[in-house]
Amino acid sequence: MSVIEIMFWFLSVLALGAAVMVVASKSPVYSILFLILTFFAISGHYILLNAQFLAIVNIIVYAGAIMVLFLFVVMLMNLNAESEPHQKNKWLLYIGGISGGSLLLVMVAALKKVAATNQLVQMNNGEVGLIKNLGIKLFTDYVFPFEISSVLFLSAMIGAVVISKKEG
Amino acid sequence: MLLSIGLPLIIEKLVLIVVVVMSSLVIAMYATFAERKVAAIMQDRRGPNRAGPFGLLQPLADGLKLFFKEEIIPNLSSKLLFILGPCLAMLTAMMTGAVIPWGDKVHFFGRDISLQIADVNIGILYVFGVVSLGVYGIMIGSWASNNKFSLMGGLRAASQIISYELAMGIALIALLMTTGTLSLKEIVQQQQEHWYSWNIIKQPLGFLIFLICAFAECNRTPFDLPEAENELIGGYHTEYSSMKLGFFLFAEYINMFLSSSVMVSLFFGGYDIPFVNDASLAESIGTNWVALIHTAVFLFKAACFLFLFMWVRWTIPRFRYDQLMNLGWKILIPLALINMLATGAFILLQQNNWHF
Amino acid sequence: MQALTNRAQQVERKPMSLLERAYLPAIFRGMAITFGHMFKKRPTINYPEVTRPFSPVFRGLHILNRDEEGRENCTACGLCAVACPAEAITMEAAERSAGEEKLYREEKYAAKYEINMLRCIFCGLCEEACPKDAIYLSETFAPANFQRKGFIYGKDDLLIPHPITEPEAHAKAKGGRVSLK
Repeated sequence: MSVIEIMFWFLSVLALGAAVMVVASKSPVYSILFLILTFFAISGHYILLNAQFLAIVNIIVYAGAIMVLFLFVVMLMNLNAESEPHQKNKWLLYIGGISGGSLLLVMVAALKKVAATNQLVQMNNGEVGLIKNLGIKLFTDYVFPFEISSVLFLSAMIGAVVISKKEG
Repeated sequence: MLLSIGLPLIIEKLVLIVVVVMSSLVIAMYATFAERKVAAIMQDRRGPNRAGPFGLLQPLADGLKLFFKEEIIPNLSSKLLFILGPCLAMLTAMMTGAVIPWGDKVHFFGRDISLQIADVNIGILYVFGVVSLGVYGIMIGSWASNNKFSLMGGLRAASQIISYELAMGIALIALLMTTGTLSLKEIVQQQQEHWYSWNIIKQPLGFLIFLICAFAECNRTPFDLPEAENELIGGYHTEYSSMKLGFFLFAEYINMFLSSSVMVSLFFGGYDIPFVNDASLAESIGTNWVALIHTAVFLFKAACFLFLFMWVRWTIPRFRYDQLMNLGWKILIPLALINMLATGAFILLQQNNWHF
Repeated sequence: MQALTNRAQQVERKPMSLLERAYLPAIFRGMAITFGHMFKKRPTINYPEVTRPFSPVFRGLHILNRDEEGRENCTACGLCAVACPAEAITMEAAERSAGEEKLYREEKYAAKYEINMLRCIFCGLCEEACPKDAIYLSETFAPANFQRKGFIYGKDDLLIPHPITEPEAHAKAKGGRVSLK
């Protein structure tokens, strides 16, 4: 087993374990901290794929900004086991289980169709993740989706401003 | 290739990491001393002068005192997170040092050794990522304290750092448009040619915005609302004692030093010696000596910034929270956007040979 | 209302100009002020190494005086104890026996002489009451102590060193002001 494989398994176990803990842990603050750990593990995977830009942007945007806001809100609300309303509706559990299970089914079915090659991803030598190539790809091949998504973000920003203005 | 590295490289990097970590610790230690001295002489006092000659052993005495203080963990706190908080603060503070080019290179044992731990091609983004993580130490520590004042401090820190990160990022984008690279090493090398090729000449407004945001990210006065001792009894570190408190305080000084270093490498030519042609100097006195001078020059520039941090702290009173938010969102971000657009327009015109 | 002093100033409430709102010029001015303070003279005195001179009228710890030959001046007349408003001085008189002429100037001397420094208010009335120039207030002050009894100064604490056998200590204790008339 090479170093990269060891790191791959380590990061995968870390990501999956932390993801399970996000659901399993009792305190929402711990859930968020595990979610941050998951993001870090995923960033580690990006680095293994030689996609340094994606890795660091994942950390800056998700771990550095969005998760801080999540943590912010959860800390303010002071959620814990006592303040949680008792869940009476048993049906909700079944519905959740069924929808989760069907999602799993769909994913398994989709993955079965994929041609199982020995190497799913290019390790180390994929150059597309480097910032230069990524930039060129974004502004040539994918310029339309890129612009569309930026318009989407702009509208979301304006929406946020409008909502906050209403109060005052 | 990733991870296909030889033993000499590992040893070389390990030594470099140890040296960088130790020296930033020592510099942070003496920054606390310098802070007290600067405060004293700005207030016409003398400052610490009893421990050792000129009081030079004062930081050791302070550290020793912190170590021997009683370690108090509040009963109703979550213990793991309470301990994790200061550790994270310290860790994220130290991590920035990895991408800063402290000097060009030295020549030992027949090898050229770069004085930069990791020349990653996303250098400045890495700094940015680490800075954005810096808030976790404070937030986790403050929440785990189970104290209202601590929580207030943590929330203030979080919202302040997130707000100022935006302006910082946009100011950086303008800089990156002029340099065309993300690697700190290349940015420094571009500034080597003349004294007027320093980025401060090209991006004065960007530098000002970056500087203000750096103050805010380090939680330094006038942006020290998270710890505002006369409103929040010390903010996020209210419940902390002993070395855990020391870690929080220390992390602030390490952050100060490393953000000074980042500013030096981004805007003030890094290890460039002004008015001196480094290549011809290297031929006359040898690579290693030049590397030494380079590092000294770099540290001197960083020390000037550290002095600026202290100077501002003992001059300007703390902002009110609404003033802080107004400054961040309504002044700095629009200014940074204008700066970015103007830089873009300028570069476009230049490429077009000044034709529309 | 009539102002008590004419130092009152009207506060200006007009909106800030653009330059004032830019805030930076004011910051630079403030920073120039603090920078200027770096070069000002510091009024602090490094105490144990450097001491500030006492003022000429300073009244510190008492000294029981001797004459030029080293004989004690005090005759235990008790005038100082009478003059003392705080009743800090107690003494016991004794008669000089033969062979003690070298020790005591007069035929009567103070066998015991105590000043309670916790009661003493350092008014200097004892100094003025003394007909023999035997008691003076010097230029030092009582050092701190952990116990009350440490503040009751006996004769051995108060007596000035012998001018002939210990001339240096004598000169030091005498200070610049006490004169032997």
